[in-house]
Amino acid sequence: MFANFDFDVIRRSLGYLFLDGMAFTLTLTGLSALGGIIFGTLIALMRLSGFKVLGRIAGLYVDFMRSLPLVLVIFWFYFLVPYVGQWLTGASRPISVGAFTSALVTFIMFEAAYFSEIMRAGIQSISKGQPAAANALGMTYAQTMRYVVLPQAFRNMLPVLLTQTIVLFQDTSLVYVLSMPDFLGAASKVAQRDGRLVEMYLFAAVVYFTISCAASFGVRRLQARISIVR
Amino acid sequence: MNRNYMIGYALAGALCATPAMAQELTGTLKNIKDTGAITLGFRDSSIPFSYLDDSQKPVGYAMDICYKIVDAVKKELKLDKLEVKLNPVTSSTRIPLLANGTIDLECGSTTNNAERQKQIAYTNTHFLTASRYVSKKSSKINSIDDLKGKAVVSTSGTTNIKQLTEANAEKKLGANIIPAKDHAEAFLMVETDRAVAFVMDDILLASLVAGSKAPDDYVISKDAFSKPEPYGIMLRKDDPAFKKVVDAATSALYTGGEGQKIYDKWFTQKIPPKGLNLNSPMSSELKNQYAKPSDSPDPDAYK
Amino acid sequence: MNYNWNWSIFFEPAPGGTGTYFHMLLTGLWLTIQTGIFAWIIALIFGSIVGVLRTLPSKTAYWIGFAWVEFFRNMPLLVQLFLWFFVLPELLPRSWGLWLKQMPNAPFYTAAIGIGLFMSARVAVQLGAGIASLPRGQKQAATALGLTTLQGYRYVLLPIAFRIIMPPLTSEFLNTIKNTAVAITIGLIELTGQARSMQEFSFQVFEAFTAATVMYLLINIIVVTGMRFLERSLAIPGYITGK
Repeated sequence: MFANFDFDVIRRSLGYLFLDGMAFTLTLTGLSALGGIIFGTLIALMRLSGFKVLGRIAGLYVDFMRSLPLVLVIFWFYFLVPYVGQWLTGASRPISVGAFTSALVTFIMFEAAYFSEIMRAGIQSISKGQPAAANALGMTYAQTMRYVVLPQAFRNMLPVLLTQTIVLFQDTSLVYVLSMPDFLGAASKVAQRDGRLVEMYLFAAVVYFTISCAASFGVRRLQARISIVR
Repeated sequence: MNRNYMIGYALAGALCATPAMAQELTGTLKNIKDTGAITLGFRDSSIPFSYLDDSQKPVGYAMDICYKIVDAVKKELKLDKLEVKLNPVTSSTRIPLLANGTIDLECGSTTNNAERQKQIAYTNTHFLTASRYVSKKSSKINSIDDLKGKAVVSTSGTTNIKQLTEANAEKKLGANIIPAKDHAEAFLMVETDRAVAFVMDDILLASLVAGSKAPDDYVISKDAFSKPEPYGIMLRKDDPAFKKVVDAATSALYTGGEGQKIYDKWFTQKIPPKGLNLNSPMSSELKNQYAKPSDSPDPDAYK
Repeated sequence: MNYNWNWSIFFEPAPGGTGTYFHMLLTGLWLTIQTGIFAWIIALIFGSIVGVLRTLPSKTAYWIGFAWVEFFRNMPLLVQLFLWFFVLPELLPRSWGLWLKQMPNAPFYTAAIGIGLFMSARVAVQLGAGIASLPRGQKQAATALGLTTLQGYRYVLLPIAFRIIMPPLTSEFLNTIKNTAVAITIGLIELTGQARSMQEFSFQVFEAFTAATVMYLLINIIVVTGMRFLERSLAIPGYITGK
């Protein structure tokens, strides 16, 4: 079955696959997770803020994003972001946004909806006594969140946030639809150029599987450690 | 806004000492000058127009033409340095990405037609090609009618898939049309028997066949879905200043003999990555076009 | 924003002679729903089996369930679809592969099965958690009544577990529908695919995507409302609050 396989095609393109493709994927994953968690936390705070209007807006945003397929959102943002940039900066024409930046904005905005739900659960898991105590100590709302609630919420939710980041890592492969050179995009370019799709797609599957598995294993160990401490 | 104008006029007045700058820049040219960069859209697998070579850098006939345009723009704006940014596009994303400012020029194999000219502009035509299909000899598809009820692939966002869709309805073929992301993916569908035929511009089909594992297995149809249609490099509409520079650059390139050299490099000599030779000398229509460059979308204008 | 809006585009005829652009999008919507439901049925069947395997006392059963879930969960859906669509037929004996490839509607079946198996891992995890959350007494009582393991699951554990996991299952069903959009990469022209074709043919990018967005939102609202009714009518009084 593997007799007419050309595994050499993988070896020859390793440099491109990892130094370009995987680097793109990992940078996109890392920055999107960071941005998504920050933006997601802001949305979660808006929802829990007690201001009805703010809470409504945040809720609508989360429900809206979670109703749409990521592929559609990727198309939307790739075409829309330059116009939004024009509107924000007041420029006379749409501003040029590169493929990577556009993908980054897309994933931050999209994943923030998912991260915000995790952070919301994290914030709600902190007992009411803590903010009350902080309040009694004379802390402002911002200080309470910054020094008391968020650090604990983040810590409690770390395993879930990381699991979501693994999902995000897998989701970044969808930039394939825009011909961007992420890991899968790189693999498919080599596959199509050399007519070696069986080898390349199998290899891509093994790489994604190994990384995700190792990462989930790491998260599980982390979870075990955290739960012992608590 | 008004204040900005005032400052602008004041600056313009102050700069009057340098006459070269007297003309105020607008549109794409202004943007290129402000940012010191121009963005070219390239294709994955439009061989030999715009595709990735062995080191995954975009190369090709249209890319070379674009680099000549970049030189002309640099000269026009009197810039010492002009950064060239490259952005991948597909048939389906190229027009929206040009319109939304992500790319400034699209260097590929885009058919110039009247309908698209309502959205974007083209510079002088760089190639002419008709829409045909490729199939495996073994599947014995001898005419368009043989596609009846079969799976036929084409690249999404091309004029070809539109012509195929229209012919499918008109001739009641009942073919199952599969849209692919790019030419290489579409060809792969034929190579792996997912589809019996791939409808595309004949020159692209010829280069895909030549680069395939078994070129002798394939045949390109005699039947065509269209007359030879012009290819053009796309730029944004309603930007006369930029179009003037680009048109002048391509015009000089084609009439000056340098264009012929670039043509020969990609169509009659060995090209990367596999050292393929397409052996496709310039057609008489394209020769006419080179002598008298035009951006007409009408296929009959090139006879 | 210098973009020419043209909302009447939906009523203009689309190339292909089958109707207007709006009709084109509706065809896509219908295919999205069909693919989603077909995939969901597969996900429920395999997810239930694997979910149960994960809770059985047998070590082998547990490992099979574990391996299944890890296999389908740790690869991007897009890669899995490529494996089913491009790689599998090449690994099979030639005639089988050819049959598979020349099957009419190959993208539809590949998408439905591929997405179904991908989602089955998530259904299995939910169901496993649901069964694990039941009081131990339930299982013991079933055994005490003389029910076999199979009967215990069939008549005692599963009916309650499924009711408990109804809310997460609803969102997994919605995920299944959303995931059908990934299948545009293997040539399935569902809703997102039709919106993309409409953009290519008409050049009205934002109208096309807006319409698709609205349709996805409608699916969501309908499914969520419907499932809430179902949850309420299936709730066991005094055990699970129907909200």
